[in-house]
Amino acid sequence: MLSKSTHDIAASFSRRGVLAATAGLMLGLASLTGAKAADDTIKVGVLHSLSGTMAISETTLKDTILFLIDEQNKKGGVNGKKLEAVVVDPASNWPLFAEKARELITKDKVSVVFGCWTSVSRKSVLPVFKELNSILFYPVQYEGEESERNVFYTGAAPNQQAIPAVDYLMKEEKVKRWVLAGTDYVYPRTTNKILEAYLKSKGVAQEDIMINYTPFGHSDWQTIVADIKKFGSAGKKTAVVSTINGDANVPFYKELGNQGIKAKDTPVVAFSVGEEELAGIDTKPLVGHLAAWNYFESIKNPANEKFIKDWQAYTKNPKRVTNDPMEAHVIGFNMWVKAVEKVKSTDADKVIDALPGIEAPNLTGGVSKMLPNHHITKPVFIGEIKGNGQFDVVWKTPSLVPGDAWSKELDGSKDLIGDWVGKKCGNFNTKTNKCLGSGS
Amino acid sequence: MPAHLSARLRAFALSLLLIAFALPAFAGPFEDGVAKFANDDFSDTEEAIGVVASSGNKLAFPIISALQDGRLMADPDSKKVYVTGTDGKSIDAATGEPVASVPDSASAVRLNNRLRRSVDAAIGGLTLQSPDIGTRLQAAQSVFKSHEETALEAVDGALAKETNKSVKAALGDARAAILLFKSDATEVEKLEAVATLKVRGDQEALALLTGMGDQPASVTKAAASAISSIQSSLAVWSGVQNAWYGLSLGSVLLLAAIGLAITFGVMGVINMAHGEMVMIGAYTTFVVQEVIRTRYPGLFDYSLLIAVPLAFLVAGAIGVLIERSIIRFLYGRPLETLLATWGLSLVLQQAVRTMFGPTNREVGNPSWMSGAFELGQITITYNRLWILVFTLAVFAILLAMLRYTALGLEMRAVTQNRRMAASMGIATSRVDALTFGLGSGIAGIAGVALSQIDNVSPNLGQSYIIDSFMVVVFGGVGNLWGTLVGAFTLGIANKFLEPVAGAVLGKIAILVLIILFIQKRPRGLFALKGRAVEA
Repeated sequence: MLSKSTHDIAASFSRRGVLAATAGLMLGLASLTGAKAADDTIKVGVLHSLSGTMAISETTLKDTILFLIDEQNKKGGVNGKKLEAVVVDPASNWPLFAEKARELITKDKVSVVFGCWTSVSRKSVLPVFKELNSILFYPVQYEGEESERNVFYTGAAPNQQAIPAVDYLMKEEKVKRWVLAGTDYVYPRTTNKILEAYLKSKGVAQEDIMINYTPFGHSDWQTIVADIKKFGSAGKKTAVVSTINGDANVPFYKELGNQGIKAKDTPVVAFSVGEEELAGIDTKPLVGHLAAWNYFESIKNPANEKFIKDWQAYTKNPKRVTNDPMEAHVIGFNMWVKAVEKVKSTDADKVIDALPGIEAPNLTGGVSKMLPNHHITKPVFIGEIKGNGQFDVVWKTPSLVPGDAWSKELDGSKDLIGDWVGKKCGNFNTKTNKCLGSGS
Repeated sequence: MPAHLSARLRAFALSLLLIAFALPAFAGPFEDGVAKFANDDFSDTEEAIGVVASSGNKLAFPIISALQDGRLMADPDSKKVYVTGTDGKSIDAATGEPVASVPDSASAVRLNNRLRRSVDAAIGGLTLQSPDIGTRLQAAQSVFKSHEETALEAVDGALAKETNKSVKAALGDARAAILLFKSDATEVEKLEAVATLKVRGDQEALALLTGMGDQPASVTKAAASAISSIQSSLAVWSGVQNAWYGLSLGSVLLLAAIGLAITFGVMGVINMAHGEMVMIGAYTTFVVQEVIRTRYPGLFDYSLLIAVPLAFLVAGAIGVLIERSIIRFLYGRPLETLLATWGLSLVLQQAVRTMFGPTNREVGNPSWMSGAFELGQITITYNRLWILVFTLAVFAILLAMLRYTALGLEMRAVTQNRRMAASMGIATSRVDALTFGLGSGIAGIAGVALSQIDNVSPNLGQSYIIDSFMVVVFGGVGNLWGTLVGAFTLGIANKFLEPVAGAVLGKIAILVLIILFIQKRPRGLFALKGRAVEA
C-alpha cells in the first residue's frame, strides 16, 4: 500500500512536474496518517481455556473469534479501525478466569471480551466485569436465572433448548417416562429443576421421573445404563434427557451402544453433545439419538455453507466441524460490530445501551435480535445423530424463540424479568413492581 | 332425451371408464404408497411403509429393507423412488424395472425414531418365513417388540411351519405379546399369553405385563402374580449384575494402578505423571489405528494386538528417559519427586495437546470388542469382558516376570536392600531405570485397554491418577497381590453402593471408608514386613 503510493509519487515527479508532485506529496501524507490510524486499533479480548479440562471445547471458540476478527479486518475493520485480538489462557481454572479478565480490561484495555464456557467460570468473572464496567459475550447454552448489565448471553436459555426438546419427545415420540441424567454441577441441576417442574405441570407423575447425577468425567456407566434400562421397562415409552457434560459423554454413549439401548426404544436427547463431541466416537451405534441446539452444521443454507467453507479454509482443515457455541459467537460478534458502528464508539456504556434491539443474521436463515434482557432470539432445532457424526434435523420451532432470563417454570423466578432498556434492572419483579437489585 | 345428449353422456361415461381402467396401471394403492416416499414428510413415509408392507407385492421386502439401510432413494421433483441394491444396481421401486442410474436430485429417504420402529415391525412381518434361521429369529423378536395385531396371522402361519426350537419359542413369545394386547382375544388366550411371558421372565416381558392396560379380572390377577415372580427373580439377577459390574470396574482400576504398583509401590517414587503414561499408551493406539485405517484397513480387528507391544515400548522408553533425566536425582526426596513429576505430567499433557489437538481422538472398537451377550438376565458387554481377561493376563505375566526372570530377581533385591544388592554386583541404577520403564510401559498397555472405554484426550490420565493411588495405598504399598485385592474390593464396593447412594455419594462414601481404613491400618491390606519397609 505504502510502497505503491511512493511509486506514484516517483512517477508523478517524472511526468507532470511540481503541481502533480504536490498532489503526490499530499497523497503520501494521507497514506501516512492512514498508517498512523491503523496503529490505533480496537482490542478484543478472548477469554477461553486453551489448556486443562475445558480446552477440548473452548479452543475452538478462541479460533472462531480470531477467524471473525480476520474476516472483519478484511472488510476494513470497525469504524475505520482494525480489530486486534488479545488472547489469554485461563487454563480451566475458575479463579484464574477472574484474574485474566481483570488483566484484559485494565492492562490490555480491551473494548469487549468474548469468553467463558462453564457457568462457574462466568460467575467467577461477573464481579470483575461489573466493577470495571466492561462487556462480556457468553456463547454457551446455560441454566438461565441471570441477567446482568455487562453480560450478553448469545447461547440458549432453558426455554430455547430444554423445554422445546421435551415438547418434541412428548408430542412426536409419545414419551411418558423420563430419565433426567446430568453431571453434578449448577447447569444440569438448575435445568433439571426447571424440567421437573415443567413435566409435572404437564401431568407427569413423580414416579415417572428419574433424576440421576454423576461426577465430572464419570467413566463407568454400567450401573446407570442398566438402571435406565430397568426404568424403561415399565411398559411406558421412556426417554433420557441428558445434561451430561464434556468428557463423560463418550463413555456414556459407548455403554448405551454396547448394552443395546437403541434410539428407537429409548431415545436420548442431549443438550451438551454437538458435532465436536461426536468427533471422538464411532456414531453408528448411536444413530437416532437426539440433540437439541440452535444450530447444526448440517443445516442447508447459503450463509451456513459459506461460513463452513471460510472456516475450513481459515483453519486449513477440510474436516474441521462447526457447532452451536461457534454460531453464538458469530451472532454475538456481528451484533457487537453493529452496535459499535451505530454509536461510533467503543465506550462500554454506549455500546451496552445500543445493543438491545440490534439484529444480526444467524447461520440458519433467520435474523436474531438482542433483547432488553440481554438474551437473543434463536430458532430451536432437534437433530438426530447420523452415522457420519453429523445431525439430521427432524424438527424445528416455527419461528425464533426469545430467550427468557428467568424461567417461567420455577416458583422463585416466574415473576421476574430482565429489562435493561426500560427498567434498567436485571431482576425486575412484575408482581411487586420492584427491582431486586444486585443483592440476589 | 335427445339423441345427441345421450350420445354425449355415453361418451362421457366411456371416458370415465377409460380413466378408471387406465389409472390402476399407473397408480394402484401400492404405487401410490411408493410415491409417498418422495414427499420427504415423516407422516407420509409412515403411511407408505404401512401400504407397502401390507401390499403383498414382492417388491415390499426390497423396498423396506432398502429404507432401513438408507438405500431407498427418492426424487422430490419427479416423485420417483428407486431402490439401490447393495451391488450398486438400481431398480424403480414402483415397477421393479431396472434403471441405468438414479438421478442426482434424488436423496435417501429420511427416517426418525418412530419410523425406524415401523420399519422394524414391517421387516419382522415380512421375514418371518425367511430361509435363514437368524433372520427368522430377528423377525420374531421385532414382532414381539411391536406386537401389532396385524402380524398375528403371519405369526400363526410361521409358527405352524417352524422347526427350529429357539425360533419357535421366540414366535410363541411374539404371539403371546400380540394376544395380550388384542382387544378381542379370549380370556383363555390371554391367560396362556401371561403364562408364556412369565416363563420368558425378562425385563421386556415385565414391561409388557405392567403396561397391558385394562384386562379381565382373572388375567389381571395372573399378571400380578407373574409380575411379582419376575421381579423377585430379577432382584436376584441384579445382585449378580452388581457383582459383575464390580469386577469390571475393579479390573479397570487394577489395570490403571498396576504400573503405579511398580513405580510407587515397589520403587517408592510418588509418580504423579503415571496417568500421562496411560494417556501416551492410548494415543499410541490412536496412531496405530490411524495408520491401519489409511494403509491396511483389513487389519483393523488386530489393531489393539499391534498397539499393545508398541504402547509398552513407547511408554516404557519415555519412562526410562524420565528416570534417567529427572527422577534419579530425586531419590529419597519424596516432596521434590512429587512436585517434579506433577510438573512433568502438565508438560506431557500440553505436549500431547499441541501435537494432537485438544479434542477427543476417535479410537474405534474392533468388532470382537463391540456389543454384548445375555447371560441369564444380565447383559455382559464384550469390551468389559475382554478388559477383565486382559488385566488378569497382564497381572499374571508381571508376577511371573518378577518371580522367574533375572531382571525380576534384581528388582526385588534392589527394593529389599539396595546396598546389599549393590555389593552383590547388581547395577542398581540400571535396575532403577528398567523398573521405572517397566512400570511406565505397563501403564502404556493400560492405556490401550482404556482407550476402548474412555475418551482419548490429553486429560485421560488425570481421571485415573487419584484412583490408582487409592488402590495402591489401600492394597498395601509394595505388594502386587494387595493391589489386585484392593482394586477388586474397591470396584465391587463401589458398584454395590452406587445403586443405593448414587454415583456421587457412592464415590464419597468409598473415599471416607478408605480414610477410616488407613487410620486403622496405615500400611494397607497387605503390609510388607521387614527392614525394607523402614528404609
